[in-house]
Amino acid sequence: MTKKTLTMEHISLSYQGSVGILTLDVPDQSMNVLSRQSMSEIEAMLKEVESDSDLSGVVLLSGKADSFIAGADVEMLDACDSVEEASKLARRGQAIFKRIESLNIPFVAAIHGICLGGGLELALACHYRICSDDEKTQLGLPEVKLGLLPGSGGTQRLPRLINLQTALDMMLTGKQLRAKQALKQGLVDAMVAEPILLEVALKYIEKGMPDRRQVKRNVLGKLLEKNSFGRSIIFDQALKAVEKKTFGNYPAPSNIIQAVRVGLENGTAQGYELEARLFGSLTQTQQSKQLRQLFFASTALKKTHTSELKPKKISKAAVLGGGLMGGGIAYVTATKANVPVRIKDISQEGISAALAYSYKLLNQKVKRRFIKPMALQKEMAKITGSTEFVGIKDADIVVEAVFEDLKVKQTVLYEIEQHCSEQTIFASNTSSLPIKKIAEHAERPENVIGLHYFSPVDKMPLAEVIVHEGTSEQTISTVVNFARKQGKTPIVVKDGAGFYVNRILALYLNEAANLLLAGEPIERIDRSLVRFGFPVGPLKLLDEVGIDIGSKICPILSSDLGGRFNPPEVFDALIEDERFGKKNKSGFYLYKLSNLDKLLGRKSGKKVDPALYDLLNIVEKPQLNEEELVERCLIQMLNEAARCLEEGIIASARDGDIGAIFGIGFPPYLGGPFRYIDSLGADHLVSLLKSCEARFGKRFEPCDLLLEMAESGDTFYEKVEPRHEDEQKPEPGAVQDKEDTQSESEPELAQEKEAPQPEPELVQGKEDTQSESEPELVQEKEENPPEVEPELAQEKEAPQPEIKPELTQEKEEPQPEVDSDKLEASKAKE
Amino acid sequence: MSQYQVKTPDGHRVAVVAGLRTPFAKQASYFHGVSSLDMAKLVVNEMLIRHDLAAKEVEQLVYGQVIQTPAAPNIAREIVLGIGMNVNTDAYSVSRACATSFQSTVNICESIMAGAISTGIAGGADSSSVLPIGVSTRLARALVDLNKARSLSQRFDIIKRLGLKDLIPVPPAVAEYSTGISMGQSAEQMAKNHHISRIEQDQFAHRSHTLAAQAWQDGKLNDEVMVAHAPPYNGFLEVDNNIRFDSVLDSYARLRSAFDKQHGTVTAANSTPLTDGASALILMREDKAKALGYEPLGYIRSYAFADIDVWQDMLMGPSYATPLALDRAGMTLADLDLIDMHEAFAAQTLANVKMFASKQFAQDKLNRSAAIGEIDMDKFNVNGGSIAYGHPFAATGARMICQTLHELKRRGGGTALTTACAAGGIGAAMVLEAE
Repeated sequence: MTKKTLTMEHISLSYQGSVGILTLDVPDQSMNVLSRQSMSEIEAMLKEVESDSDLSGVVLLSGKADSFIAGADVEMLDACDSVEEASKLARRGQAIFKRIESLNIPFVAAIHGICLGGGLELALACHYRICSDDEKTQLGLPEVKLGLLPGSGGTQRLPRLINLQTALDMMLTGKQLRAKQALKQGLVDAMVAEPILLEVALKYIEKGMPDRRQVKRNVLGKLLEKNSFGRSIIFDQALKAVEKKTFGNYPAPSNIIQAVRVGLENGTAQGYELEARLFGSLTQTQQSKQLRQLFFASTALKKTHTSELKPKKISKAAVLGGGLMGGGIAYVTATKANVPVRIKDISQEGISAALAYSYKLLNQKVKRRFIKPMALQKEMAKITGSTEFVGIKDADIVVEAVFEDLKVKQTVLYEIEQHCSEQTIFASNTSSLPIKKIAEHAERPENVIGLHYFSPVDKMPLAEVIVHEGTSEQTISTVVNFARKQGKTPIVVKDGAGFYVNRILALYLNEAANLLLAGEPIERIDRSLVRFGFPVGPLKLLDEVGIDIGSKICPILSSDLGGRFNPPEVFDALIEDERFGKKNKSGFYLYKLSNLDKLLGRKSGKKVDPALYDLLNIVEKPQLNEEELVERCLIQMLNEAARCLEEGIIASARDGDIGAIFGIGFPPYLGGPFRYIDSLGADHLVSLLKSCEARFGKRFEPCDLLLEMAESGDTFYEKVEPRHEDEQKPEPGAVQDKEDTQSESEPELAQEKEAPQPEPELVQGKEDTQSESEPELVQEKEENPPEVEPELAQEKEAPQPEIKPELTQEKEEPQPEVDSDKLEASKAKE
Repeated sequence: MSQYQVKTPDGHRVAVVAGLRTPFAKQASYFHGVSSLDMAKLVVNEMLIRHDLAAKEVEQLVYGQVIQTPAAPNIAREIVLGIGMNVNTDAYSVSRACATSFQSTVNICESIMAGAISTGIAGGADSSSVLPIGVSTRLARALVDLNKARSLSQRFDIIKRLGLKDLIPVPPAVAEYSTGISMGQSAEQMAKNHHISRIEQDQFAHRSHTLAAQAWQDGKLNDEVMVAHAPPYNGFLEVDNNIRFDSVLDSYARLRSAFDKQHGTVTAANSTPLTDGASALILMREDKAKALGYEPLGYIRSYAFADIDVWQDMLMGPSYATPLALDRAGMTLADLDLIDMHEAFAAQTLANVKMFASKQFAQDKLNRSAAIGEIDMDKFNVNGGSIAYGHPFAATGARMICQTLHELKRRGGGTALTTACAAGGIGAAMVLEAE
């Protein structure tokens, strides 16, 4: 009675006894991604299954070796031009999954490898989920990172299967659960060794349909989640947390909360309907569009080959300088790129510090049980140090992170040329010095390149690869590849003072200082920009980066690039007063707490140092509103970004957008400086700049490129999407509740010394996350779902099945650590 | 006792290519909380990197510890696995009390001689700070029984057997298992048997510290001792922290004797202290070393182990093993340029020195007509010894081999004896040569 295997393009149905085995294997993709075609084929197979009365059950497997389903095809979602079209897609997904759920024979998802977005929603509709215990196995709903919500039942099924708080956390942050956590939470029914995955799945089919499940809840969960009053507390808290983080810049998280809430309080029929509708409207928001573009851009960037030449393998690296940057570079080299690294420092203290850097990060992972102590030791064994040039002879690459001084850098370059091989690449992590100058006396300038990381190195996803005239193609190709292996998104930029990121950042920071000089209060300046979507305000950022470092770069930039980079006088006065920022506990903010403050649980660096105004002879005098403050700082950054493109410092607007988002934390929902200029209109930006130029001087002079574009109406990107205000705030809910904000991760200006400390905040108390950003929604009325979208009006439409989307991509890398960067958020890991 | 060539079948010598050790640290000081395995990984990893030896070249790793780590009994294999060496590297562990790394060195040496391998790593590590403190035998037995017990009343009966004193933790033994005599008592016994005075012992200890301090100050140890960075990486250790850099003879006299309060002469200051540390050596066939471009520190010329009675003069091993090793090398004591003897105690060292020169001893104990030879103190432990450096049991042998070869090389080559006593009445001796 063995039936013939049924094969379609994406999926096949074979039989093992009376059990049907559905194998999903999307051709030409490294991972399974659900497209329209896969959905149709699944529908066809379901028809087959439904009509076959001999079947005792179905197992769903992936045909890919190391992944289950990575999600829905983002291109498919992106192609939806209207709310209706996208909602339809969601309803279709819902309907397919409903059919699976309604089968009267057990349907088992056998999960090995990543199971994300639509893949997890599909698994949630199955009667059992069995997963492998492999570390590649990760389950999650990362739609929020694309400004979306899980549109095929995820918002309804997940909170009914596991406890509400964890479900919300997963959906609001996109956090993924590893196999063990998934089992613990009850997300999967069993976790088994991969070789017996199918065997166990078959056993579950023998068991028949599952009994009603009990959600695993902790004490608090039992108290709160089983009644509507308790749940409303959870929802309200979640909304508050979301608001606090996103300042209303991102609509998806509040929509998620809303969909979950309506489903739990008003029943699944309304829940599914709302989910589809909200999904549809979210796809059309400017935020989601920009996040999707960012996703495409960073994915494309990862695949771009900068050269015909194949990168050389790096099997040994050395890092010069064990400071904060050196320590961070050593960490990503050892743990991400899996390359042994030798730290050369002039002192043993420097080596100790660098080792401590990695140890601290790894130890956190051990404490959270992400890794075993043995794994920590093995990672640590890859990092060794020396004060002599010993044990680096065969290093394939040497990354220098020594003191930012031309002479010093030239000297270490000379030493490396003496002590290493002819092939050894010398990469300088300078933040401002032109690589050409560093390579001036090099014997082998073709091996010299810039590789500029951002602090903290373990978190910031960007690396600028700086090519000077003599750098060889082979070196570029190898270094770009090396940076990728370290988990970075590299952009190749042209040599020149400040390169790209620090150049646009410097003007922005200077402008914030100018505003301060004009009497604008520090908190107001910082808060405005945080609310606008930066991870941290500009003056706070200066504290984090080191005011001394910031002030040191400016003269280099102004002498090479012109007077617009002249540092505002503030810096001299601050340096005079030995205010270097957080590192010496003295800066714009207060870092020394009184005992009373400590007792009250206050944290350092939250309050502005009132003595500062006197020091600078400033009388606090708020004159500008928030938008104006943001505008003043931002247009400087936009103008300079355009100038960098004009000068060929960056090769494309795409690189410029990625650089600003991944390196500075430019608000991802805006898509980056260039996409933002496109949405503002170059003419509008030029008129803003001109008006500032008239009032404040030449530093606001618009660059030629912008002037031309204003004239011609050209845009940086082909597709122009004018920004309609109404489009992007789908929510009635509003931003309220100000509160002084907190930073989270910072970008960095120069480096060395002090790093910002990203503060992981999360929506609710969990450990790690990679949040992104979330939206707000102040609740109106609780029970009644605040709506979204205009079309809320039409309620009642019969649910029409559709599928939904998800995140696709390749290889989400697990990344258990706290990734707080907002940016990280949007970027889909490699 | 015939001559015995330490060579491969095709006539190549066994080269000591390089050696390295961690600084040795007093008990519960820098390496507190760092296990012997952790120290071993530190030193082997650094040695490979420092000498640009690709891990795939290493065919065998033999390593040892005296105080066993129950969690990782095969320390050698854990080193290979823990620092990402080639997983196919054969590795096993050996233990021969204080002569452990002489033994591991000989194991690699013999594998090379047999033609089985061409490159290997030997060494040893011990921690006196991370100890396998166990439970009493009665408690251990009760715990096993409890595991087997079925009913509550059975369990109750088992627990009833235990008294309060059965619950006291049991640290690793300090006394000889076979005799119950502690090392210190053995040393005390030897002092008395051979009339080694307190002042002689104190002078010897002072000499050891003074010479070791001088060696550090002259930078002689820089190439053979790594700077250790151990978790939690708050600091580092550059120099052995037991050495008295300002040793004054008078201060030794102030201590009370430790093992015989009344008539004893052995004190904490003229004994080697409990210490943490690890050491390692790279050994290769001579031709392979040269092919890879190494200039070896030196070569193993001969070696011998001797085992003697444990009730009296248990630490006299060097006086028994040395003549064997010299015979095998075809040499006499007078031919040697340097002699390096492990200093477990000043009393033990000086007793051995005496017996080297004693015709009586040679005739009575060694069945030889002439004494081994008078030791020229100008050639003896010229950079100090274990009293100053400390003595992480299993690490000492490789320290001595490495340190002695470096010294020979500094002196333009020659031959040297390294020899040690060990618990269980073991003696080890190895003749080294350098060019």
